[in-house]
Amino acid sequence: MDNDITALQVLFTETYYWITIVMMFLIHVGFCTYEVGVSRRKNHLATLLKNTMVIPVVGVSFYLFGWWLYSSMVNGPGITGGLVAAPFAEPWNELMGTHMGGTPHGTDITPADTALWARLNGVFWGAFLLFSWTTASIISGSIIERVKSGAFWLIAVMVGSGTWIIDAAWGWHPSGWMVQLLGYHDAYASGVVHAIAGGTALAVLINLGPRIGKFRPDGTPRNIAPQNPWLVCIGLFLIYTGFWGFYAACNIPIYDVQPGDGVFWSATNIYLQPTTLSAITFNFIMSLCGGLMAGYIISKGDAFWTYSGGLAGIIACSAGNDLYHPIQALLIAAIIVAVIYKLHFWVERRFKIDDAVGAVAVHGYAGFLGVCAAGFVLWGYPSSPDALLGHAEPWARITPWGQFAGAMIMFWGLGFIPGYALSWLLKKLNLLRIPHEVELAGLDFSTHAGVTSDDEEIRNAVIQEARTAMRAAK
Amino acid sequence: MNTGSFSDWGGAMFDLGPLYPFVGWETAMVIVLAVFWIGWHVVQIRGEHRQREAEARKLREGDNLLKAVQGERNIERM
Repeated sequence: MDNDITALQVLFTETYYWITIVMMFLIHVGFCTYEVGVSRRKNHLATLLKNTMVIPVVGVSFYLFGWWLYSSMVNGPGITGGLVAAPFAEPWNELMGTHMGGTPHGTDITPADTALWARLNGVFWGAFLLFSWTTASIISGSIIERVKSGAFWLIAVMVGSGTWIIDAAWGWHPSGWMVQLLGYHDAYASGVVHAIAGGTALAVLINLGPRIGKFRPDGTPRNIAPQNPWLVCIGLFLIYTGFWGFYAACNIPIYDVQPGDGVFWSATNIYLQPTTLSAITFNFIMSLCGGLMAGYIISKGDAFWTYSGGLAGIIACSAGNDLYHPIQALLIAAIIVAVIYKLHFWVERRFKIDDAVGAVAVHGYAGFLGVCAAGFVLWGYPSSPDALLGHAEPWARITPWGQFAGAMIMFWGLGFIPGYALSWLLKKLNLLRIPHEVELAGLDFSTHAGVTSDDEEIRNAVIQEARTAMRAAK
Repeated sequence: MNTGSFSDWGGAMFDLGPLYPFVGWETAMVIVLAVFWIGWHVVQIRGEHRQREAEARKLREGDNLLKAVQGERNIERM
């Protein structure tokens, strides 16, 4: 903060991320709205609380260890190096609190650390935490109406402050080992947020089982339609809006991207590669258009799947939306949305998977395929700014096989396998699913009973009061 | 008494580090937070398990489950 350019760069970056965090909060509002709209009336309140409480549960765990994992796990560890020291992200470090950036109090950080991180640590932590809530919320919708909230919150912590942030360190960091060795490129998180959440959701759904009545005795699925289509549509609109903030938060707004002694200020993606906000505006909108159009046609105008198609369209292009041409983004979105729609119903019929909101398809399959698509369309592109980072030997370039390997790591390696293990354990402990009778009566059974009882007591008291008043009048 | 590490805004800004009170107690605060967070999960999971099992027991009595599914919401009438 000792010269005008540095001060402007830091203060603008701080302000920029702060605004993206507020915008991204709409994702969580949207997910809550959407889930309540899909759930049946007897489950509304429990459904809302289940997703709302992701905020504190994952928020605290991300403060305690999630943020540290992102900076410390970039090498694996054990693949391209050991654990990376990240004192600024340790929860007991002074930089994890209000700080003016001056002389450090402790000895584990330098004045350079405090000058850099005092104004950026909180907003970076917050932006990544919002991504964490998103990964947990994606899973939340698919398992509604039969999961125990406590079980979901443990799964949310595992994904939101564990597996997703490890995959971000590996594949969503300028020096992540997947970026270095595989040429993995996933600018707006098709894989690192969506594929991993979809893979985890699929694993939990297998152990959790379908909602009562979802499948007929002959095994064919029944349609449990969203109970409030208006709420569902508003929720998805809010998610779109928050997703725009998500895209902005995946960029660094001002950075000197010129290797060597020159100076060239630009926005960059998460890998510090040059891009522009204009580029992602083109591509965000065009991939949304492609997804909506394909979703509308393939679902024959079903509102739920048209909206979900829009979301899946963006997710399908997110791996390469920093570089695609807008028309490429539209076409990739349209093709992948058609595929994931068919895949959702095939998996439902074939494996009896009851995904209440289609999250595995919209996030998991679209994210997986989106990562793979970027391998073909961006074949040969640099996956990282290795020259800017001063590496003499260039790191791997983007390839179809590198992207495919990355998608497998995201969906299966860090998504499905840990999700299956934890949900299996919770099932063995009888902590995963609510009792059969409660599912039939509804998760809000006790709440409704309490409200009904209070209402009747109040009504009786009012009637008694009226009788007393009438007697007094006579 | 001064809980902070500075007493006015008149000094050199370049020297100003942590602004929060009780600097030096960060590790203790982290331990308190971790205990609170873990304890919350334990209390929540036990409480939810007890509540859901109690509801299930009530619903298994007589024809309570049928009444509940048909819309009865007053436990006293079950």
